[in-house]
Amino acid sequence: MARILLEMKNITKTFPGVKALDNVNLQVEEGEIHALVGENGAGKSTLMNVLSGVYPHGTYTGDIIYNGEICSFHDIKDSEAKGIVIIHQELALIPYMTIGENIFLGNERGKKFAINWDQTYGMAEKYTKQVGLSESPRTLIKDIGVGKQQLVEIAKALAKKARLLILDEPTSSLNESDSRALLDLMLKLKKEGMTCIIISHKLNEVSYVADKITVIRDGSTIETLRKGVDDLSEDRIIKGMVGREIADRFPKRNGVKIGEINMEIKNWTVYHPLYSERKVVDNVSMNVRKGEVVGISGLMGAGRTELAMSVFGKSYGTNISGSLLLNGKEVNLKSARDAIEHKLAYVTEDRKGDGLILSNAIKTNTTLANLKGVSSRGVINPDKEYAVAVEYKEKLRTKCPSVEQNVGNLSGGNQQKVLLAKWMFADPDVLILDEPTRGIDVGAKYEIYCIINDLVSAGKSVIMISSELPEVLGMSDRIYVMNEGRIAGELNAAEASQEKVMACILNSSKGE
Amino acid sequence: MDKAKMKAGFQKYTMIIVLVLVTLFFTWGTQGKILYPQNINNLISQNAYVFVLATGMLLCILTGGNIDLSVGSVVCFVGALCGIFMENMKLPDGAAVILALVIGALIGAWQAFWIAYVRIPPFIVTLAGMLMFRGLSNVVLAGKTLPIKSEIFVKLFGGGANCYVPDFLGGKEGLNRVALALGIIVSVVYIVMTMHSYLNRKKNGYETGSVAGMYCKMAVIALVVLAVSFKLAQYKGIPTSLVWVLLVVLVYGYITSKTTVGRHFYAVGGNEKATKLSGINTNRVYFIAYTNMGFLAGLAGLLTIARMTSAQPTYGQNYEMDAIGSCFIGGASAYGGTGTVPGVIVGAVLMGIINQGMSIMGTDQNMQKVVKGAVLLAAVIFDVVSKRKSFIAK
Repeated sequence: MARILLEMKNITKTFPGVKALDNVNLQVEEGEIHALVGENGAGKSTLMNVLSGVYPHGTYTGDIIYNGEICSFHDIKDSEAKGIVIIHQELALIPYMTIGENIFLGNERGKKFAINWDQTYGMAEKYTKQVGLSESPRTLIKDIGVGKQQLVEIAKALAKKARLLILDEPTSSLNESDSRALLDLMLKLKKEGMTCIIISHKLNEVSYVADKITVIRDGSTIETLRKGVDDLSEDRIIKGMVGREIADRFPKRNGVKIGEINMEIKNWTVYHPLYSERKVVDNVSMNVRKGEVVGISGLMGAGRTELAMSVFGKSYGTNISGSLLLNGKEVNLKSARDAIEHKLAYVTEDRKGDGLILSNAIKTNTTLANLKGVSSRGVINPDKEYAVAVEYKEKLRTKCPSVEQNVGNLSGGNQQKVLLAKWMFADPDVLILDEPTRGIDVGAKYEIYCIINDLVSAGKSVIMISSELPEVLGMSDRIYVMNEGRIAGELNAAEASQEKVMACILNSSKGE
Repeated sequence: MDKAKMKAGFQKYTMIIVLVLVTLFFTWGTQGKILYPQNINNLISQNAYVFVLATGMLLCILTGGNIDLSVGSVVCFVGALCGIFMENMKLPDGAAVILALVIGALIGAWQAFWIAYVRIPPFIVTLAGMLMFRGLSNVVLAGKTLPIKSEIFVKLFGGGANCYVPDFLGGKEGLNRVALALGIIVSVVYIVMTMHSYLNRKKNGYETGSVAGMYCKMAVIALVVLAVSFKLAQYKGIPTSLVWVLLVVLVYGYITSKTTVGRHFYAVGGNEKATKLSGINTNRVYFIAYTNMGFLAGLAGLLTIARMTSAQPTYGQNYEMDAIGSCFIGGASAYGGTGTVPGVIVGAVLMGIINQGMSIMGTDQNMQKVVKGAVLLAAVIFDVVSKRKSFIAK
């Protein structure tokens, strides 16, 4: 048995009114990849913040034993000095600095008042090679993709002489191939002796990469599963996370009648708003029927969001051509307002950036896309607005003390429900849901799926864009596969499988 | 839980508490002179322009912390033009006033176009406006002072010697019945409306909040209104400028809190992209904010020349700072999306009382500026810090 590198003993951390961690124990052996899983709010990130000194010694109880000694970290600098480096979910890179500058930010090479740039870039190159990055360290961060930026983060951690690397949701914004590359890098680093802790919602990745999986639920450690000893299947992990078996991750739709075509687009082509010669969506034709869930699958950057937003009142792109038919009639939607009035809704993938006003109350967010529905002649009826917000809160089972609460204080899953409520209140016939379950936990996902089922039962049409293949396969009646701006294939629910979807993508890429 | 509620309530009413404390301080410091009817009257008429400008500025700030630096110059320019229309061109007063307000709105629209549709940063556009309209004021007045002789105009917009709403109820010397009546009517209407909305909510089963808190708030507001109207009645009655201020405050208070257009301002300031995708024309929201600012700057220009009974190329200097300061002291966020008209009025009154109190106490002019600056900084520090747990940003 390998040496124990890190042991966290009986860690308890309370915030005013909440016990975030309750007697948590965690043992990490040297040279292993240890995964932490749990629903949102289970306490994973809090635990890692305790470990890295974000919550200084004294604000929690319990001991951190690292490398054989009891540690009391007062801030991140202390823990980094010992070789514990945390990479947060949101990338902390500065876009207008080079890769090299970012790697040594706060850790500059050279003398106090004179940075040695040759040394900076020389050493940076060593680390970028180690993580498999081919770009010159003088490239600006903004010019490389998210996947590569994540690699720069790891290089930055290596430059700090990390022995224990903590990755918080490292793949949440990466596509499948970038994710795989990152996971393989973790395995490579492990071979070189690195110890890693990974927090992730993507259970297939966890079971691919981890040696041990510790499940945290409601602030307590539930169990630790070991590779080769225990069953590491997704269902087994989910059982630990939610404390019960989820018999069916995707609720069944019974007897929903699929009617006639509700929305159809023909030969839809969109160009990039800045580089106007670049086609982002290329000659796409598709349709959705009443009562039908149509999934759009594809890798990130396949043009799915761009397609959806350009359909939604030309909210994206330039030089849009092609025709859009709603209920068989051709329409020309010039703005988001137009689209809403034609009973179209686009529920964005970026709920914080493009979807919600975090500083406003739940009720104001709920009515924003349909203020007419709660006002007469431009004057808002506050009582009606309140009633609407409460109605949707109950319908979607949003967990919140009151609809006067600010949306920014809610968890991801509940924010997503508010966003859905906003668009359901706009009373659309066709809803385009862009990554409706991104970054939310298993329980909330299930509830979102139920809402989708209710929508189609009511005769609406749902187009669901998702990067999670199991979700697309589990929820859709029909699936379009997109790749490089084109439709690479159309599959029926019965015939679709992960392999077939991937095959569509690969074939279309080959056809170049 | 109760402690948290207390804290939230304290945060909500901080500026009112500060206002009370500051008033008490100056009552003590001036041996009560600041509460003399004449001084209350002066406080209103001297600061009429601040109330009007701050209300307009609030809309700009709501859209995302954007300010309008040009208002002082626009006040001066529109005032100058109105003076020229009346005195040099001998237009009828009514025509001159309407023309001046239209010009104010057009100036606003000119700047708003660049800000809203071409997306030039408001700071730059209004900085340019500040220089241009100050210069133009000098040009049209040829650098000279233009006396305003039209009596009706001065009475209608003024705060000068005899610009009061006539006492048509025939009160005796020393107690103006119109002022008293207005105070009583406003209080009664306010109480009836509050009760009506409360009962309505209760009937429909909506959340009503604390009943005791509501009665408390109602009593305090009614008392303040009655006290102020009594003080005004003891002097000469209602200054005509107060009528304009009330009109602006009521109309804009209503627009921002009750209408869809008002909601759009808050939404744009909260998250512009989300607002746009919700089908709201965000360009138009900016356009309305700055066009309206021009219009209200025009109105403030009329109030200014009427109070001074002249137009001068130096009028309106630093008015933008008074307006911006009132907004931030009154709780508008420097990042946009939050702030209310009543809050801004509290901010403006606070500034006004500090000004007046120090003047009565005979504080040095320069020290007055120091104090005003310190108050502004303290207010915003408080606003920012109270929203997070630690004093030093992490």
